[in-house]
Amino acid sequence: MSENLTGPQVPDARGYFGAYGGRFIPEALVAAVEQVAEEYEKAKNDPAFAAELDLLLKDYTGRPSALTDVHRFSAEAGGARVLLKREDLNHTGSHKINNVLGQALLTRRMGKTRIIAETGAGQHGVATATACALFGFDCTIYMGEVDTERQALNVARMRMLGAEVVAVKSGSRTLKDAINEAFRDWVANVDSTHYLFGTVAGPHPFPAMVRDFHRVIGIEARRQVLERTGRLPDAVVACVGGGSNAMGIFHEFIPDAGVRLIGCEPAGEGLETERHGATLTKGSPGVLHGMRTYVLQDEDGQTVESHSISAGLDYPGVGPEHAWLKDTGRAEYRTVTDDAAMRALRLLSRTEGIIPAIESAHALAGALELGRELGPEATILVNLSGRGDKDMHTAAQYFGLYDEPAKGENR
Amino acid sequence: MTSKLTTVLAQAGAEDRAALIGYLPAGFPSVDGGIRAISAMIEGGCDIVEIGLPHSDPVLDGATIQTADDIALRGGVRITDVLRTVKEVADAHPATAVLVMTYWNPVDRYGVARFAADLAAAGGAGVILPDLPVEESGEWRKAAGEHGLDTVFVVAPSSKDARLAEVTAAGSGFVYAAAVMGVTGSRAQVGDLAEDLVARTRATTELPVCVGLGVSNGAQAAQVAGFADGVIVGSAFVQRILDAGADEAAALDAVGALAGELAQGVRSR
Repeated sequence: MSENLTGPQVPDARGYFGAYGGRFIPEALVAAVEQVAEEYEKAKNDPAFAAELDLLLKDYTGRPSALTDVHRFSAEAGGARVLLKREDLNHTGSHKINNVLGQALLTRRMGKTRIIAETGAGQHGVATATACALFGFDCTIYMGEVDTERQALNVARMRMLGAEVVAVKSGSRTLKDAINEAFRDWVANVDSTHYLFGTVAGPHPFPAMVRDFHRVIGIEARRQVLERTGRLPDAVVACVGGGSNAMGIFHEFIPDAGVRLIGCEPAGEGLETERHGATLTKGSPGVLHGMRTYVLQDEDGQTVESHSISAGLDYPGVGPEHAWLKDTGRAEYRTVTDDAAMRALRLLSRTEGIIPAIESAHALAGALELGRELGPEATILVNLSGRGDKDMHTAAQYFGLYDEPAKGENR
Repeated sequence: MTSKLTTVLAQAGAEDRAALIGYLPAGFPSVDGGIRAISAMIEGGCDIVEIGLPHSDPVLDGATIQTADDIALRGGVRITDVLRTVKEVADAHPATAVLVMTYWNPVDRYGVARFAADLAAAGGAGVILPDLPVEESGEWRKAAGEHGLDTVFVVAPSSKDARLAEVTAAGSGFVYAAAVMGVTGSRAQVGDLAEDLVARTRATTELPVCVGLGVSNGAQAAQVAGFADGVIVGSAFVQRILDAGADEAAALDAVGALAGELAQGVRSR
């Protein structure tokens, strides 16, 4: 799997994907970010690093993850053949562990002993806390106060694993503000601490490095689809918040011009409202969290609060490689409302016995729509990026699964 | 032509003292209230003022300035209000150099050339852009140069010597040396990293070197004035205004008194 780390579509030396990316950071972090970049370059070319990561991915994470045909679900998607890449079956329950293990190994190489991270849904926080337990690092996780409430199970998981969880009360009290707070910690503690960024965003080299650690998803899936069906899929569909699971599964398919790459952004309560997180669809180019990318912002360059029922997609920025893929037309970005995602979550649960994360349910909803457009001849690969256990409280309230009135529809 | 900022710093140097640089965000607690507070800072003894452009994501600011930014943004402050603040302060205090301190995205969004032109027209002397590293600053420096604005870059204790040379070569006016690794906010002690950083910075440039982050009282100002060309104070001024609550007269008195104490400090090297 060492091929994972040396893909063709690298950003340029300054970390630019076309007009997007770069490194917009305070001077205090320049040395630390350069150290990460230099150490990652060395690690990429070190067979021992690749071998250790491969072993962890196999014996600890449980890779390769399965590819599952979902026949009963496919019947609802216009008869198109839907294949799920089962990142939900990874240890800790999502794709996030792929990147975390890579950066944990890098942290050890840099001689640092403490890791900090931001988390939205808590999946990246849980994966990070897990790796810190495994490697013996101190661990602090920043999480917006709103998210600690809607993802209480994951807060308990992180604390069980020995991590300190800090509920961030500033700004919109969601993922964006958790990232701000993690940056503040990093500036003050950079000698001992690595900031284990959880998505394909932030200053160079994080967008490229995090993507590289997730490329394994697409490499495995492409091989599995070819073996299973004898051909490439017509489309690859993934949800996009920051965009790490989407970049992970898209990347290996970029040279396959006949394969459509489709990212599903959260439309929240609707694009016509202010309550959405559709950064690529409704945002404009700007600078946030150390990168140039699409941003939900007002005309003065102030970040606008995003909304999604899914904490993991509730982010007003997006990884710069997605911005570039959008502008070049290589990838398409659609939107999925809270309600459509919740319907897809229930449909997969009841037709296949798989409860997906609400994040991943956005991709499922996109696949349902696409399948009806393409018809029964089509094959659609969906990245099922995480499992839904953490979302049961939200789903129970939405569908009225507790013995009390439902918040959302109940059909 | 010698810039306003350079002239003011040279004047302080000629008096064998450090310059006093005060920071307050525009629009805090209101646009007009902010203008009065900044004026009180100047009348109390600040030689240079930094007017902050409040931002939704102030990643380099501690809780005090975040709170002020939130108040300003909730009050509806716009970039045009920041520029009006610059103009009124600069018009009323022609001997003072007026800088804007802002995160990069508002400038990027407003338009780089347009911001430089409008800031210069308002009487601004320059900018500090704490999240715009030298590598990304080419377009800004070109626009700033065309409008006679200085660009002050920040250096940090973690900056290596070769890096310091790159940063100071790109900047003008003065070099902002961060006294500690961390965000803005008052601290009990000025870090002992500051003096070493100032010495290493001086080895790379003729520009004045001013020290900020964590300085909050006259004794600390005197200590920093012993090795730096200027002393930068922000959160302590903000805190005075927060502490005064709705009593504007008390806030202005407290701001003026703090400026006076600091002005004494920078004169007792």
